This record gives sequence, structure tokens and C-alpha cells, in this order.
Amino acid sequence: MVENMELLAPGHRACPGCGTAIATRLILKATGKDVIVVTSTGCLETFTSPYGQSAWEVPWIHSLFENGAAVASGVKEALKAKGNNHTKVVVISGDGGSFDIGFGAISGMFERGHDITYICYDNEAYMNTGVQRSSSTPYAATTTTTPAGVASYGKLEPKKDMPSIALAHGIQYVATASICYPQDLIRKVKKAISINGPKYIQVHVPCCIGWGFDPSETIEVGRLAVETGLVPIYSIEKGKPMEVRKVSDRKPVEAYLKKQNRFKHLFKGEEYKEVVAQLQKICDDNFEYFGLAK
Amino acid sequence: MSKKAVIEGSMAVAEAVKACRPKVISAYPISPQTHIVEDLAKMIADKELDSTMVRVDSEFSAASVICGASATGVRAYTASSSQGLLLMTEVLFNTAGMRLPIVITGVNRTISAPITIQPDHQDTMTLRDAGLIQLYVENSQEAYATHIQAFKIAEDREILLPVMVCMDGWILTHSFEPVEIYDQELVDKFLPEYDPLYCLDPEKPITYGSYADNEVMEFRYMMQEAMERAKDKIQDVALEYKELFGEYYGGLIEEYRTEGADVIVVAMGSVLGTIKDAVDEMRENGQKVGAIKVRSYRPFPAEELYNAVKDASIIAVLDKSLSIGQGGPLATDTKAAFYNKKAPKVASFMAGLGGREVTKETIKNIVYKCKKALELNIVADMEFVDLRREII
Ligand SMILES: Cc1ncc(C[n+]2csc(CCOP(=O)(O)OP(=O)(O)O)c2C)c(N)n1
Ligand SMILES: [Mg+2]
Repeated sequence: MVENMELLAPGHRACPGCGTAIATRLILKATGKDVIVVTSTGCLETFTSPYGQSAWEVPWIHSLFENGAAVASGVKEALKAKGNNHTKVVVISGDGGSFDIGFGAISGMFERGHDITYICYDNEAYMNTGVQRSSSTPYAATTTTTPAGVASYGKLEPKKDMPSIALAHGIQYVATASICYPQDLIRKVKKAISINGPKYIQVHVPCCIGWGFDPSETIEVGRLAVETGLVPIYSIEKGKPMEVRKVSDRKPVEAYLKKQNRFKHLFKGEEYKEVVAQLQKICDDNFEYFGLAK
Repeated sequence: MSKKAVIEGSMAVAEAVKACRPKVISAYPISPQTHIVEDLAKMIADKELDSTMVRVDSEFSAASVICGASATGVRAYTASSSQGLLLMTEVLFNTAGMRLPIVITGVNRTISAPITIQPDHQDTMTLRDAGLIQLYVENSQEAYATHIQAFKIAEDREILLPVMVCMDGWILTHSFEPVEIYDQELVDKFLPEYDPLYCLDPEKPITYGSYADNEVMEFRYMMQEAMERAKDKIQDVALEYKELFGEYYGGLIEEYRTEGADVIVVAMGSVLGTIKDAVDEMRENGQKVGAIKVRSYRPFPAEELYNAVKDASIIAVLDKSLSIGQGGPLATDTKAAFYNKKAPKVASFMAGLGGREVTKETIKNIVYKCKKALELNIVADMEFVDLRREII
């Protein structure tokens, strides 16, 4: 059962081909109407909430960039105080608001055991402010604050492993997902909201502006991220074995990288062969660790 | 029946907050705020108070929890001091902008560096532009009363702004005084259950905290208007409290022996106790001296203050915080309130920073300096009182 009504109204101001808009629409299909959504400052907040033209057909609050998890905790406590045990509290926030500036608040919410589903839409940079690096930005990707140049090949550090950090809190449910597999995403959101306690879902959302590809290719690019093994899709319910989305048609990492301007510097000559090999190794390790092969 | 007990100022606040029955409390420990929150935690543990306390990872989260809870339609409370209030700053501006009627105790302590736990008003004064109503209290009984009044003012549908009750750390929070604690029934009669105008509710979805490019001016205008309305509301609520509880601490300001005064000392907070004693002694010696307590710093009582002092020759404004590079904020605002009017001279004194003691002698000395200034017809810009020149 998914919600038939569109709870994210059309006519919002997302860019054409925006992965975040797709993710949000799907998430609301899974939650239905009995939900309160908290969003941190970022693209989602900006394109859905112009004053007097909100696209939200569910109760929604945006407070600041770094406090989504804490605001949600207050919402949850208030619902409890009002004797409301049915309305779900869901955070939908960007990777910057989750991996970086809002990290402490999320850790606190997890540790307190609040019954909140925290969903990070992961477009792998600070898109709203013009594509600056976040700790979710993948290794070797360029952003406006990690440009390639004679002395640099983009971001020098690997992507932060947020799902593992979430898991280390001992929370009830941790999952990764991609907008390219809508049924999987909806199923995971439904699963998460059915479990009591803190839950973390990280949804990979391609951003054509930030990553540099044609808006018509959002889904194709997102699929390649999964098929190369760079973005493993899995879920872990506490006390149960990990469930993994297997990859049937494995692709080399280059197939994903070459689609995007943020990696194009790696293919200008031979200089960065090693870096590409390093990225391939990340994929290989994922295949092995998560058992991605069919 | 009400009961009188000798209790800590912090306990007086906790008793008042308990009587207001907030549904959600969230706080993070910092001296000298700690006792208030500890007392509330114990009340909840003992089932004397039916409320949730969310023990958070930071003041930033505490304020955010309160923001979320208030937006979901329940009464919510937090308290902090000094660095904690600064860490809350971004959230407090935001909460005020969303017109959420939370109540915060600002337990006054100065700001680092240098780090110290000593009191002055530097922390709460830094928040004066946040859109919070700020009420400064003189003693524990007034702290009790003002917290109960605070919820009523904040939640009034003509106002809908957060209220911060500012009280001097240690001097008030950690000293024992006899305090009258009133019956729950009486408080309930004064402060009915919170009935929000709007809240986050799946039955009636609304959007809080939208993006606005072309409406900010109007939002600010409406906040300014609400602040203007709060002037009457603060006064009315104080009078209503007087009627029911028989106590009155002033509305926006409190005048003390100002009739026929030549010199009037203007200040905020606990120092008023000392100032009033000094005024009494000077009056006994035939000196025409009075005092004014500014109870509401935001909204600023420009008109009330002017009317109260206009016949004096000079007023001494005592600031316990410094806008570095400008001067004392209370003095600055006072001067602005008098501009273009026939007004007494204004002498500005910086006193009590970082807990530097202000005694009756300090006050008498300030009054003496004001008289000298009148004689010589020279009023200095600002003077640091009891400055220890030997360590400069
Ligand atoms: C305290 C604070 N610092 C910085 C900003 C500026 N800022 C707004 S959105 C944003 C980036 C958001 O990144 P992310 O969470 O990944 O969401 P996205 O824009 O990618 O959707 C930044 C840096 C802010 N609003 N608040
Ligand atoms: Mg992002």
C-alpha cells in the first residue's frame, strides 16, 4: 500500500532532473499523511517552501541547518505529551546537515532512543550553496571548494561512512537506498517507520548540477553508482543479518565516473590512473565486504 | 494554601516552572543554571511534575528540542547561562522568528574570555536583538512571579514571542531567601492550559519556517508590532498577577522614591536591592535621590522611563554589560529614548563586570559623581567603576 495522493505538490522549484525531489516524493508515498516532517536548511527546504507556496501537504517544519534531529526530538516529545502515539516523525535532510554540521544533534537523538526516522538525502555535497565539499563527497570528486588543479585532484579524503556510525549507536534500523530503486526505497521507509526507536536511512540522490551530467540521465547515473559497487545498497535491522541488494550486471567504476564532470579531470591523460584505480578498489572492497555479486 | 519557605533562588524558579506545567523541558548543564534544571529533574522523578525532560547533547539541541515541541503545540521551557546562551543564539533568533512562545531562564553569567563563572549581563544582553521579550528580576520572589507571568505574556495571541527571564547567577540562583510558593489552583487560574493558535498537526498540515525572499521586511515589522503590544501586555499581566497573588514588582519599570529626586539611578536585576538600600540611606541624609528598575529591557520602555525621570537633573545609568566599542547598552538605549526631548543629563557607569562587587558605597559614589558633574556641567561619556588600575 502506498499513498495515492501526492503529498509533495507539483510546481515546486527543484531543478529539472533533481534526485532529491524524486526521493522526497517517494518517501511521502511510504509515510502517508500521518506524519510530521522536519527538514534542515538545504536544497529541499529551499525548493519546497517559498513563503505562501509551500509544496508540503503534510505538516512540515524547517528550523536551521544543523538541528533537524533535535527539532524532531521536540516534535516527538510533544506528540507523546499530547497522547498521540500514531503520528510518525521523519527527518529529511541533506548530507551536509547530517554528516557534518548536524552530526552532534543526530548522535544525541540516536543515543536518546527517540522514535524518529532520520532520512539523509545524499547528493554528496553542499548543493544549495553552490556545490561545496561535504564529508560525504566521494574521493577524488571536484567541488567548488575542492577544485582540481596542478596541486590537487579534487577531494583527497574518502567518503565518511555514516551508516556504520549510525549503526555503532546500536539503533534499530540502518539502511542505504537509491532513488533508482523506488520500490526498495519505499519498502525501507515503510519498514523504518514501523519500528520503534531511532532509524537511519541514507538515500543516494544524483544531482545533475553538482555532479555535471544531463538532467535526463539522473536515473542512469544513480544506477551506475550502484552497479559499480561504489554505493552499496543494504539494510540492517537490529539483531538480524544484513540484507544486501545484489548487483547482477557489474560495471567498472570508469563507467560511472566518465558520466560526470566532477570526475572528468581524472581522465585528462594518464596522470590520475592511480586515483581511478583507488576508486575501483573502493568498489572491489564493497563487493567483497557486502557480498554484492549475484 | 500558599506556603512560605526559605529556598534557593533556583528552587523558586523550579517551583514557578512546575506550577506552569510545561510538557517538554530540555536543557544542558552550565553553571550557574544547573540547580534550576536539577530541581526540575527531581520534581519529575518524584512525579510532582508531569513533564518530559530531554537531556540533550548541547544547548544548541536543547533550544532546538524546545523549538520543535512548541511548534507541535505544547508549552516548553529551557534555561541556560553564558556560553550556553551563546550556543543557543541561532536557535533563539529562529524560534522568535517562527513566533513560538517558549520561556527561557537566562541565568546571567559573563562570557569568556577570560573564562569565569562570575555574573554580569553580557550573555543575555548579547541576545537583545533576537526578538525575545527580556524581563530582568531583582530577587527570588520576583523571579517566581515573573516566570509565571512570562508564559502568559508569551502565549498571548497578540504577542507570540519567546520570553527570557533574566536573573543574576549566584547572587539570586544560589542564595536562600524566604519565598512564597502559591497553590497550583491559583496559578492555574492565572495561567490556563496552553491553547496554540497553530501547530504541526497531520489533520491540518501547515508549513513552519518557510523560505522567504520578499517577505522578510513584513515579518520583522510584525515582530516589532508584537513587541510594541507587549508593552501593554507586560503591564496588564503584572497588574493581573497583583490582583490574584497580591504582589507587584512593576510593569515595564519600577520606580523607587523618585518623587522630587534630583539624581535617579537606573539599573537592572539584583543590583536594585543594593541601590534601594543606598537610596534609603541617602534620603535619610536629606539627599534627593531615587532609583528605577528597568524590568523589561525588550521591549524597551522608552516612554515610561522618560516620564519617570524627566523632572530629575541627572540620571546615572548602571550597566552590567558592555557593547565593546560603544558603551553600556542600557545607557545607550536610555539616551536614545531621551533624544529630541527636554531631558535630564545621562551619566553612564560600567559596573559589576565579571562579578565585581557593587556595594552601597559604590552607588553613593556614583551619585556623588553625578552631583559633581552637574556642578561642573561636564558629564563624562562612560566611567568604569572600581577599575583596578594596578593590573592594567
Ligand atoms: C549555520 C549555517 N552555516 C551555513 C549555512 C549555509 N548553508 C545553507 S544550506 C548549506 C548546504 C546544505 O548542504 P546539504 O545538507 O548537503 O543539503 P543540499 O544543499 O545539498 O540539499 C549551507 C552550507 C547555513 N544555512 N547555516
Ligand atoms: Mg548535499
